[in-house]
Amino acid sequence: MSDGAAPPGSPAATVDAAPRPSRAAPGPARSRPPSPFRRLPFAQRLTGLKTSYGKQLTIYQSGFGRFWLAVLVLLAATAPFILSDFWLSVLNFTAIAAIAAIGLNLLTGFTGQVSLGHAFFVGLGAYTAGYLGGDRGLPFLVWLPAAGLLGALVGLAIGPFALRLKGLYLAIVTIGLVFLGEHLFLNLRSITGGPQGRSIPSPEIGGLDFGKLGGLSRDQSFFFLAIPVLALATLFAKNVVRSRPGRAFQAIRDREVAAAVIGVNLARYKVSAFALSSFYAAAAGALYGSYLRYVTPEQFGLLFSIQFVAMIIVGGVGTIFGSILGALFIVLIPRLVEQFSDSIPFLSKTSSGGGLDVFTFNQLIFGVLIVVFLVAEPLGLAGIWQRIKVYFRAWPFSY
Amino acid sequence: MSDFLQFAFQGLALGAIYALVALGFVIIFKATEVINFAHGELMLLGAYLVYAFHNEANLNFYFSVLLSIAAMAVVGWIIERVILRRMVGKPVFAVVMITIGLSIVLHQIVTAKWGYSDRQMADPWVSRTVDVGDIRITQASIVTILVAAGVLGLFFAFFRYSKYGVAMRATAFDQEAALAVGIPVRRVYALSWMIAAAIAALGGVFISSFPSSLNPNLGFAALRAFPAAILGGLDSPGGAVLGGFIIGEVEVLMQAYQPDIAPWLGNNFHVVAAYVVMILVLMVRPYGLFGTPQVERV
Repeated sequence: MSDGAAPPGSPAATVDAAPRPSRAAPGPARSRPPSPFRRLPFAQRLTGLKTSYGKQLTIYQSGFGRFWLAVLVLLAATAPFILSDFWLSVLNFTAIAAIAAIGLNLLTGFTGQVSLGHAFFVGLGAYTAGYLGGDRGLPFLVWLPAAGLLGALVGLAIGPFALRLKGLYLAIVTIGLVFLGEHLFLNLRSITGGPQGRSIPSPEIGGLDFGKLGGLSRDQSFFFLAIPVLALATLFAKNVVRSRPGRAFQAIRDREVAAAVIGVNLARYKVSAFALSSFYAAAAGALYGSYLRYVTPEQFGLLFSIQFVAMIIVGGVGTIFGSILGALFIVLIPRLVEQFSDSIPFLSKTSSGGGLDVFTFNQLIFGVLIVVFLVAEPLGLAGIWQRIKVYFRAWPFSY
Repeated sequence: MSDFLQFAFQGLALGAIYALVALGFVIIFKATEVINFAHGELMLLGAYLVYAFHNEANLNFYFSVLLSIAAMAVVGWIIERVILRRMVGKPVFAVVMITIGLSIVLHQIVTAKWGYSDRQMADPWVSRTVDVGDIRITQASIVTILVAAGVLGLFFAFFRYSKYGVAMRATAFDQEAALAVGIPVRRVYALSWMIAAAIAALGGVFISSFPSSLNPNLGFAALRAFPAAILGGLDSPGGAVLGGFIIGEVEVLMQAYQPDIAPWLGNNFHVVAAYVVMILVLMVRPYGLFGTPQVERV
């Protein structure tokens, strides 16, 4: 090979030349002065600056995360002994509703598939729990996952509708699902007990009855089950949304065609979003049923579905944390109104003669909340929380 | 055979009401691309307003209906002006949820004012019947069919010949282009909400005399009319009418014959039959019978 034939700058041309620092060599680049931000954790804290994809995806966004989690665990462990049964039952219902709301958020908030059929899956879970746990006498550790799995299976069957239908057409089909579900619950008497409803056993794990732990009340005992299950559900959902399937879900939500173009398998991920969401709903339904001990078909109507949608709207669409906040909010408000109805002057006590009774007032608040949050705070409670956090992170230099 | 004719006619009358209701959905959808979940509750409010004017204020029935229609048009305008106008450009899902929130609020306002009990509308045709051959026909259903036909005719004429009707179609077709050629899109939105609410009032009056009675659950009838709107295609008024009649017939005939022919489908299957039909049709035609498929650009 002759020197003259090689173009200048090619490796062959520089073989004989004196060694000189190359830009591609790894050594010298390392010795560049570090970026001024690298040694300034405060600046990172201030702006939430992420310097790698790994950091973007970590579950703890800052060291405080671990600290607050530890505090939360401690609080949860002591809560049953500190709080009254009223507050514990609020928290138990919140935990159960939050599991279902997380499921709905995975589907609607992350994948963008509007579903008003969540109540059907919750009902499915409750009746499965009743049938497997009550009629078949299977243990809790079997019927809870089994309820979830049956929900997921039915979700898989519904998934293909989502492939064929878009937007509002899909929403209406899911409404149809609620009506068909109610019809089934009313008519499959041998399993569901028909309009009279059926009882559902208390959860028991190896002799521990979470309806009655030692000398504790039902609300106290159930708390020890509901909160850990919620924690598991949250952790799993958090891991789903920050990994590959979660990114696929969000790509589908943001622009379906674009997602398909960059190689997201629409059919697979849409259907799995449905299955996952139904799994959550049905598992929550199993817990719901066993906490209530008795369920009737009309509990799982359209309004119940709307409640879950309201939870994710109020909490924050497309956030896991928001689902929990929203569930707390939607569960808490009516209970508070009930509790303090005596001191709310314009509420009438009877439910027949017109006027604003407790139920009407609660529904009114509920409707107004949906409208107000959507118009004024589309990011929901999670958005408000985020703003507060940013404010204090930069404190005292916040703007 | 005469039984069948009797049922078929009942289905027609029910279908006329569903067609009216479905038309309300379609108007809103065509103009704003939103399904108005509050439609049933607008019907409820409209019907109770007629009750208030006619039974409580002792006005003439027809005059009360007109008053109620006018009042509901104002309600529709207020809803559009105060709430929905802020939502222009927001995701459709958000707007739909707002209409759900609105429906809950409207429902509670009605129950707070009038309570839960059944009321008698005392319409002039109460429960008088006409015999045609072997078929016994209630006057109410004749009036329903005639009025529905009249409204539908008016509606199509409006869309085809009036300036605002054409503007509405243009807005539905392409909002930006409509703005560019000087169509007052906001006014068109307000107008479509007014028309939808007014039609809702009319639908409410009829629905409270025939399938349902005047009670707060009347709004659920609108949920049964969803399949009608979807079946025909959400953006097709003609489809809504056809869908309404199909659903009406399906419901009545199911109620009459399903318990004998297919008892394994369970009690009250006719309530959900409309949804079954809808789902089956959507599987074959995802945008309904006459809906326009949405084409997505990348």
